[in-house]
Amino acid sequence: MTTMTMIEAINFTLRKEMERDNRIICLGEDIGKNGGVFRATDGLQALFGEERVIDTPIAESAIVGTAVGMATRGLRPVAEIQFFGFIYEAMDQVVAQAARLRFRSGGTLGAPMVVRAPFGGGVRTPELHSDSLEGLFLHSPGLKVVMPSNAYDAKGLLTAAIRDNDPVMFLEPMKLYRAFKHEVPEQDYLIEIGKANVLKEGEDVTIITWGPTVPLVSKVVEQWEKQFNASVEIIDLRTISPIDEETIITSVQKTGRALIVHEAVKTGGPGAEISALINEKALFYLTAPVLRVTGFDTPYPVPAVEDEWLPNANRIIQSLKEVLTH
Amino acid sequence: MWIEPNETTVEKVQYLDENGKLLGERPDVSDDDLLSLYKWMVQARTFDKRALKLQRQGRIGTYAPMIGQEAAQVGSAFALEKQDWIYPSYRDLSASFVHGFPMKNFFLYTMGHLKGTDAEGANVFPVQIIIGAQCLHAVGGGWAGKINNENSVSVAYIGDGGTSEGDFHEALNFAGVYKLPVVFFVQNNQWAISVPIAKQTASKTIAQKAAAYGIAGIQVDGNDALAVYLTMKQALERARNGSPVLVEAVTYRQGPHTTSDDPTKYRENSELAEWLAKDPVKRMKAFIVEKGIWNEELDQQEFELAEQKVSEAFELALNTPKSNAKEIFDLVYEQKTIQLTEQQNSIRTERVLK
Repeated sequence: MTTMTMIEAINFTLRKEMERDNRIICLGEDIGKNGGVFRATDGLQALFGEERVIDTPIAESAIVGTAVGMATRGLRPVAEIQFFGFIYEAMDQVVAQAARLRFRSGGTLGAPMVVRAPFGGGVRTPELHSDSLEGLFLHSPGLKVVMPSNAYDAKGLLTAAIRDNDPVMFLEPMKLYRAFKHEVPEQDYLIEIGKANVLKEGEDVTIITWGPTVPLVSKVVEQWEKQFNASVEIIDLRTISPIDEETIITSVQKTGRALIVHEAVKTGGPGAEISALINEKALFYLTAPVLRVTGFDTPYPVPAVEDEWLPNANRIIQSLKEVLTH
Repeated sequence: MWIEPNETTVEKVQYLDENGKLLGERPDVSDDDLLSLYKWMVQARTFDKRALKLQRQGRIGTYAPMIGQEAAQVGSAFALEKQDWIYPSYRDLSASFVHGFPMKNFFLYTMGHLKGTDAEGANVFPVQIIIGAQCLHAVGGGWAGKINNENSVSVAYIGDGGTSEGDFHEALNFAGVYKLPVVFFVQNNQWAISVPIAKQTASKTIAQKAAAYGIAGIQVDGNDALAVYLTMKQALERARNGSPVLVEAVTYRQGPHTTSDDPTKYRENSELAEWLAKDPVKRMKAFIVEKGIWNEELDQQEFELAEQKVSEAFELALNTPKSNAKEIFDLVYEQKTIQLTEQQNSIRTERVLK
């Protein structure tokens, strides 16, 4: 078995999928010769040519809108948005066009396409490079939203996203691109979109998290579980839309307590949706209020304060204590 | 050296004068094609008038009339090959009809039916609501056609208002850089709801904008079906050979923006009168009558036939079972999510409180 970083796994998956299916086209800014600013598409243009790995002009709306056009005419585009904070430029094409196409064509057309984008904090980027905007797309019917937390999941989920016949937002936590190496089989495997991963089983509280905060939560739990004298279940949600209700509800019915950790801002965020879901389906199993550790309700801040802004070990421990001692 | 604004000379292509008199040499168009062009325009006008009436009677929903733009729409679409694609806006009905979109389905669309955008196999993309957004779909579609060697051109139909959108700029830029088989067909009908073209752009013409993208542009009299048709043929040929084109058809929206709009609030009747004198249907009719291949009797028959076709399409739409709320959940994803299934099952037709 080979070990890979997440960025290596993404690059490897793109290559394997492009070899398998010549309808797959990659397009985006600096993805050709340069191989992408994070090297996700490194070497792909040399392998597949300029026709299949396209350096586009700087125009996010056009990258997504063009992909919609391609997807309806027999191609399977994988579009890269250089940083997820730039997606606002393409909101119409993502939400009003790609996401709605199946619906507004009466089911006659679909948009089998992937929009890949790095996101997430802790890497001292300039403004608008780190925002976690998955909630905007969770709130947009017709899209799927996937966020891997490790190299193994990245490969299985990206393969599934590329083969999906609906538009998938594939969001890559840039802090984790090169942070860890994981064992990644070279052969084909899929991780089903819409299925969460119970990362660690436990009895007393469920932590629901995804993407960049998964390794952080795991580390905190590993260090503090004994001290709290509690057994913690960790769910790596992996897919933000559609949410795996069954895994969440089953877990919370067992533990009676839930804590949601995400980098996205708090109000109206994915945590609110998950909390509402728990209210609807597991309220009488709860022994404590559902708590959230999230980004604060401000624009993503400057590097000097981002470590306090982001969910960090301190904030997670504090909320964990609160939920356990309620 | 300064490039001064509007020093570009743009010459409008025109074959027929306002009275349908041939201005230059006889163009190489068969009598059959001339008649087909005219008949489609009759169909367009008839459809438009009836749709307006049906909306006033409350039998269909909001409607965006195309009256005055028949030559632009029919002339351009009549030049297409079957494998070409069009990406229409909500006003481009007759272009869609010419390219095979069933009239019945447009009635369904405006009657609020889920299947109203189904082109039934014709290469007509679902009608676009967001101004200019379809320019990019045409670019992507054209790109796919090029990669798949379809010998197919993608045509984005937009209006003068659409040229102000960012997507228009991005689309022309992409098409130019990657030499894509795309035609941007702009109907400059002088008005974007209540805002006149002068407030839409400081450019003297829309056609000259092509130059900035390194692509060819041309302006054509959009009320002259012959000029539109012949220009579009050339545009399609260029695009098919990998040179995208911007066509500006200068025309006029004789009616309101939609049935919810009252143009007397923002424009003068004298302007409308001026453009009514340049009416595209009248002009084409005068030309074919003068040519001796058409007469009043045939004309009357043609309008009657067109009415009949519209009636048949409307009847078919009326007889189509209404969309059911339960159907909407099946159209969001290829496979319904558990959330959608739950919501679908929650819909009750019986009354909750008795």
